[in-house]
Amino acid sequence: MTDSKYFTTTKKGEIFELKAELNSDKKEKKKEAVKKVIASMTVGKDVSALFPDVVNCMQTDNLELKKLVYLYLMNYAKSQPDMAIMAVNTFVKDCEDPNPLIRALAVRTMGCIRVDKITEYLCEPLRKCLKDEDPYVRKTAAVCVAKLHDINAQLVEDQGFLDTLKDLISDSNPMVVANAVAALSEIAESHPNSNLLDLNPQTINKLLTALNECTEWGQIFILDCLANYTPRDDRESQSICERVTPRLSHANSAVVLSAVKVLMKFMEMLPKDLDYYGTLLKKLAPPLVTLLSAEPELQYVALRNINLIVQKRPEILKHEMKVFFVKYNDPIYVKLEKLDIMIRLASQANIAQVLAELKEYATEVDVDFVRKAVRAIGRCAIKVEQSAERCVSTLLDLIQTKVNYVVQEAIVVIKDIFRKYPNKYESVIATLCENLDSLDEPEARAAMIWIVGEYAERIDNADELLESFLEGFHDESTQVQLQLLTAIVKLFLKKPTETQELVQQVLSLATQDSDNPDLRDRGYIYWRLLSTDPVAAKEVVLAEKPLISEETDLIEPTLLDELICHIGTLASVYHKPPSAFVEGSRGVQHKRLPARAGSGESAESPEVGQSGTSEAPPAVIPSQGDLLGDLLNLDLAPATTTVPSVQPSMQMGAMDLLGGGLDSLLGGDIGGSPSMGAALGAPAAMPAALSNAPAVGGGLGDLFDLGGGVGMPTGFYVAPKTLFLPAMKAKGLEISGTFARRGGIIQMDLSLTNKAMSVMTDFAIQFNRNSFGLAPAGPLQVLTPLTPNQTIDVSLPLGTTGPVMKMEPLNNLQVAVKNNIDVFYFSCQYPLSLLFVEDGKMERQVFLATWKDIPNDNEAQFQIKDVHLNSDAASNKLQGSNIFTIAKRTVDAQDMLYQSIKLTNGIWVLAEMRVQTGNPNYTLSIKCRAPEVSQFVYQCYELVLKN
Amino acid sequence: MSASAVFVLDLKGKVLICRNYKGDVDMSEIDHFFTLLMQQEEDGLISPVMSHGNVHFLWIKHNNLYLVATTNKNSNASLVYAFLYKLVEVFTEYFKELEEESIQDNFVVVYELLDELMDFGFPQTTDSKILQEYITQQGQKLEVAKTKVPTTVTNAVSWRSEGIRYKKNEVFIDVIESINVLVNANGSVMSSDIVGCIRLKTMLSGMPELRLGLNDRVLFALTGRDKGKTVVMEDVKFHQCVRLSRFESDRTISFIPPDGESELMSYRINTHVKPLIWIESVIEKFSHSRVEIMVKAKGQFKKQSVANNVEIRVPVPSDADSPKFKTSTGHAKYVPEKNLVVWSIKSFPGGKEFLMRAHFGLPSVENDELEGKPPITVKFEIPYFPVSGIQVRYMKIIEKSGYQALPWVRYITQSGDYQLRTNS
Repeated sequence: MTDSKYFTTTKKGEIFELKAELNSDKKEKKKEAVKKVIASMTVGKDVSALFPDVVNCMQTDNLELKKLVYLYLMNYAKSQPDMAIMAVNTFVKDCEDPNPLIRALAVRTMGCIRVDKITEYLCEPLRKCLKDEDPYVRKTAAVCVAKLHDINAQLVEDQGFLDTLKDLISDSNPMVVANAVAALSEIAESHPNSNLLDLNPQTINKLLTALNECTEWGQIFILDCLANYTPRDDRESQSICERVTPRLSHANSAVVLSAVKVLMKFMEMLPKDLDYYGTLLKKLAPPLVTLLSAEPELQYVALRNINLIVQKRPEILKHEMKVFFVKYNDPIYVKLEKLDIMIRLASQANIAQVLAELKEYATEVDVDFVRKAVRAIGRCAIKVEQSAERCVSTLLDLIQTKVNYVVQEAIVVIKDIFRKYPNKYESVIATLCENLDSLDEPEARAAMIWIVGEYAERIDNADELLESFLEGFHDESTQVQLQLLTAIVKLFLKKPTETQELVQQVLSLATQDSDNPDLRDRGYIYWRLLSTDPVAAKEVVLAEKPLISEETDLIEPTLLDELICHIGTLASVYHKPPSAFVEGSRGVQHKRLPARAGSGESAESPEVGQSGTSEAPPAVIPSQGDLLGDLLNLDLAPATTTVPSVQPSMQMGAMDLLGGGLDSLLGGDIGGSPSMGAALGAPAAMPAALSNAPAVGGGLGDLFDLGGGVGMPTGFYVAPKTLFLPAMKAKGLEISGTFARRGGIIQMDLSLTNKAMSVMTDFAIQFNRNSFGLAPAGPLQVLTPLTPNQTIDVSLPLGTTGPVMKMEPLNNLQVAVKNNIDVFYFSCQYPLSLLFVEDGKMERQVFLATWKDIPNDNEAQFQIKDVHLNSDAASNKLQGSNIFTIAKRTVDAQDMLYQSIKLTNGIWVLAEMRVQTGNPNYTLSIKCRAPEVSQFVYQCYELVLKN
Repeated sequence: MSASAVFVLDLKGKVLICRNYKGDVDMSEIDHFFTLLMQQEEDGLISPVMSHGNVHFLWIKHNNLYLVATTNKNSNASLVYAFLYKLVEVFTEYFKELEEESIQDNFVVVYELLDELMDFGFPQTTDSKILQEYITQQGQKLEVAKTKVPTTVTNAVSWRSEGIRYKKNEVFIDVIESINVLVNANGSVMSSDIVGCIRLKTMLSGMPELRLGLNDRVLFALTGRDKGKTVVMEDVKFHQCVRLSRFESDRTISFIPPDGESELMSYRINTHVKPLIWIESVIEKFSHSRVEIMVKAKGQFKKQSVANNVEIRVPVPSDADSPKFKTSTGHAKYVPEKNLVVWSIKSFPGGKEFLMRAHFGLPSVENDELEGKPPITVKFEIPYFPVSGIQVRYMKIIEKSGYQALPWVRYITQSGDYQLRTNS
C-alpha cells in the first residue's frame, strides 16, 4: 500500500469531508485525514481553512501524526497567526516530554513558525532545551536560536541566548559544537558588526578539536567559520594549516573545498621561504585534481574555484594541464571551464599538446565550445610567443574549413595577434580578405575592417574593400560603423591621393546622417583634425599602438583576494563579490586575505608604493571611458586588455586633448601638408560648409564646449578644488583637489604644485582603509617630472572595492602621497554623492514597501533653507547627482517628492522632500537602514541644491 | 549559508515535494526555475546555477526528477550540491529507486526525512543506515521506551550503532580499480590514470577497531621498509569513519567501520599504464555511398589474465543503414538509436588480438547537420588483477570481546572513462 492514494480525492466538498474526518473519534481515520490534508498541501491546494481542525490533532501519542501536524503548522501558521497561538501550549508541553525525539521535534518546529506573536512564548522552552541533557535536543536548540534571531533579533539578545550559544562551542558533543558554530556564523553574517564570532586562540583550538569528530557537514561549518579568523602570526597560521590539511582526504568534496579555502587564506601569512609553505603548495594539487572526478555540478564549482586558484597561485597546478583536457561526454559548462583553465596553464612547456587539443575541439559541433576553442588558440598565440606561428597556421587551417562561425572567430583573434606581433604575420591578410563576404557578425566584420585599415598600405584594393562596406553603412552596428570610420581615415592618411572622396563620404555619413552621438563625435573629431592639422592627425590616428598584454581576462587583484576568501560559495562560482548579488549585504564587509607576517602593515600609516607582497599594480583595466583609446580604436575587444601601465596615461592624454589640447588645435597653426589640406578643401572653408547644416553646427558647438568644460555629461556638482595639503607641510608639495563622479566613474581631481626649488618625480598615492572602500583604481599619473613652480592637474580614477573601515566622520579619507622626497599624509572629506550610483532608481512598489519596512527610529529630518527652485527644477538638479525622484504628490500647494539613492555598497537611502510653493525652505526626511549616512546625504542635498 | 528551501520537481517542472527551511525566499520563486531551464536549454548553455532576481537556483537532475535548492545568500555552493546528491543517496536507499512514483508513494516519509536531514539550511544526520533506525516506513506507535533517538546520531561515531551481533565475524574487501584513458586520433595517449576504490562488506559484532595495511610507498618510506613492490597514491579520499589526522601523521588507515556495505576509501594513481585493451581503427567514409570500419583490438595484459564482458563501441554516422559485420571473435550489433556499433567479446585473454569489420550504406542525399566526433569507448573487467599492483597486506580486527574475524580480499580491474578519438 502506498501513499499515492491520498492524492486521488478531488471531488467537490472535499474540505468539508476532511473536516469531518479530522474530528473523528477514530485515531486511524484522523491520521488518514491528516495525510490527505498534507497531500493536498503538497500539490498546492489551499487547505488553510482546516487550521483549527488540524491543530486539534496535535496532541497525540502517534509520532508520525504529530510530525504531519507540525509540518502543516509550519506551512500555514504565518497565514493564520491568531490561531497559531493555539499550538503554543502543545509546544511547551512537548518540550518537556520524556522522549528526546519529541523535545527536539518541538523545538525544531517552533523555530520554523515565523509568527511574531508567539515567539516570546518560545523563550522558556528554548532555554530549557539549550541545557537539555540529550545532545540531540541541544544541537536542535542551537539551530533554533538562529531561527529565532531571524524573526526577532532583539528578543534573542535580551534573553541572553547568544551567550548560551557561545557556551555551546565548548560543549562535549561535537555535533552540538558544529551546530552552534553554524548558528553563530549565520547570525554573524546577517549582523556583520555584532562581533559575535569573537574568535580567539582558545575557541579556535576547540573548533579544531571538534573538527576531527563531527559529521562531514559539521566539518564544513567549522572550516567555513575558521576561514573568518585571522591568525596572530605566521606560527599560529602554520599550526592551524597543519591541523586542517588532513581534511583534504575527506570523501566529501565540499569538505575538501572548505579546507582549501582555509589553507589558501592562511597561506597568505606564511613566509614564502618557509619549507612548510612549499609542502603545503604540493599538498593542494592532488585533492584539487581529484575534485574533477566528482559529479558534474561539483566539478563545475571546483573548476570555477580552480580558475581563481590558478590566478592567485599558478604554481600549484602548473604541472596538471592534462587533467583539464576536455572529454567528449563532459557537460558543456564543464567543457567551457576546462578550456579557460587550459589557457591559463598554457606555457612554453606544454603548448604543443594544448594546441593539438584546441584544434581537436575546434572541429567539434557545439558552436559555443568551438568558438571558445578558436579564441583560445588566439590567446595561446598571445601568451606564448614561441607558439604564435603555429597558432596562426592552425587558425589558417581552420579558416579553410569555411565553417562560418569558425572563420569569424578566427578573424577576431587574428586581429589580436597582429596587435601583439606587429609586422610579422601580415602575409596571411590575403587569405583573410578572401573570406570577407562570409562575415556577418559585427565583431568579425569590425575586426576585418580594422585589419584592412591598419594595413591599408599593403592591401592593393583596400579602398575597394572598405567602399564595399560603406554601401550599407546605416545598417551596420555601431561597432562596425566606428571601425569603418577609423579605417577609412587611416586609409586616407596613408593614401591621400586616391581616397579623398571616400573619406568625405564616410565623414558626412558619420556626422550628418547619423544620430549616434559617439559616431558623430568621432566623425567631427577626425574632420577637425584632418582639416586643421593633417600632420597632427597622422600622429594621432596612426600612432603606434600599445602592445596588448599576455594575460587576458584576469580578475582584478583585490577582487581575486576577496573571492579566494569565498572559495566554494556562490561568489566563487559567479566570480563576483557577494555584495554584487546578495541584497542587503550591507557592503561594508569585504573579506580580505590576511597580510603576510612581518610586512608591518598598520591601519594608521598606509603604505605607499609597492611594498608588501601581492600588491603588484593592477593588471586589469576597466574597459570604458578611454576616449583616446576609442579614437585609436583600441576598443575592439573589451576582453583583451592593453598593457596596464599604458592605459591610464592614455586617459590623461584624452583629457588633455579635450581640454587645452583641442583649443590649441582649433585656434592654432593651420599649416600641414598641402596635399592633405587640398584633399579636404581649404581648411578655412570647413566651418562655412558646416554652418550650412544647422544641426551640425549645434553639434560642433557642443564639441567646442567640451574644450572649455572637460567632458562631463551628467550634471554632477563638482565643488571647486580646496587645499588638501599645504606646501609647508609637505616639503614644498602643495595639493588641492576635489571629487567628481563622471559617467559612473569616481574621480579625484588633484592639482599638484611644486613650490620647492627642486624637481619632483616618482609620485604615488595610496588611501587608508575607509568607510566605503574607496581606493585608487590606477596609479597616480604624473608622467613628467614636476619642475619648480609648475602645477599639474591629475585625475585619479577611484574604485570602491578597497578595504573597508568605518571612519569618523564617515566621509573622511586619509591619503598618503609619495614622491622622490618623502611620504606625506593628509585627510580630506568627500561628498557622499560621489557614491550615488546611476541605477539608484527604485521601483515605486519597492520604495513603498521599503519605506514601511525601515523602522521609524531610523528616520531623520532636516531643513534646507533658502532654496529658490521649484520642485521640478530641484528634482532635475538632484537627478544630475543620481538622486532620483520616483514619485511626486501635490497636497495643498505642497509638493512631496519621493526620492531614492543607492550607494556603491548597495545601501539604499529613501527620502521625502517637501517643497511649499513660495517657501524657500524645504523639509527633508531621510530613511535608511544605516541611519549614520543620513547626515551626509543631507549635506549632499544642500550642496547640490545651492550650487 | 546553504539552502533556503529544497524542491523536488518532475520533468515538467511541477513541484512534487518541497520543504521551506529558512523562509527568506518566497516559495513561489520556484515557478521561475523551469522557465529559466527551458531558456537555457534552448540556448544550448545549461548551467547548474541559475538566478532570477536575487534568488539563486542550484539544481541536479536524477532520473525523471529535478532536485532544486533555492537561496538568496552567498551560500556554500559545493555544500548544497553535495547535500542534493546525499538526498538522492538517502532516498534511493529508502525507496530502492528515486523517481517520481517513489516520491509520491512515500511522501510522508519523504517529509520526515527532509525534516531530519536538514535544519534551517544546515545539513544534519545524513547517514541512511542510522536514519533507518528511527525513521521507518511503517508509521510507529509512540512508546517512550521504543522510539528514541539512537545515541549514534550524536555520537562521535555517528555511522555505527552499538550492539550489532554476528555469529560469524567476517569482512569482505573489494579492491576495484578503474582505468581512465584518453587516446588521441593519432594513437598517442593524452592522459591516463587509475582510480581505485576499496569497498567493505562488514559483518562484525560490537565496535571493532580495524587497521588496513596497503603497500603504500609513503608508508614504507616512513617505516624504513624497502622490500617488495609499492604503489604511489597521488591522492586518497576516505570515508567519514577513517581517522584523517592519524593518516596524515603516520599513514595508518584506522577506523571503526560502518556495518554492512560501504566505500572505505578511494585513491588516484598517476603512473602511466599501457592501455589494457588497445584499439586501432580505420573508419573510411565515402560520401553518398558507404562507410567502412575496421577495428583491431589487442589485449595488452598478462597472458594468464582474461578480460570479461568486453564491449567496444564504435560510432557511426546517424544516417548509416544496412549494416554488415565480420568478426574474428564475439559478435557485433548495430544500435541505431545511439549511432553505435557494439562489438561484444565475452572473454578476451591477454596477449590476443581480434578484428572486426563493418560496412554501412549511406544515403545519396547527405545529412546537412554537422555531426560531432564521438570517440570509441571500451568496457571490460579483468578479475583477480589490480592493474596498479596495489596489495592489501593485512586487515587487523580488534574488538574488546576478542573474537577472531576473517578478512577476504578480491581484486578487479575495470574500464573507467576509456576513450579513443577517431579521425573521421
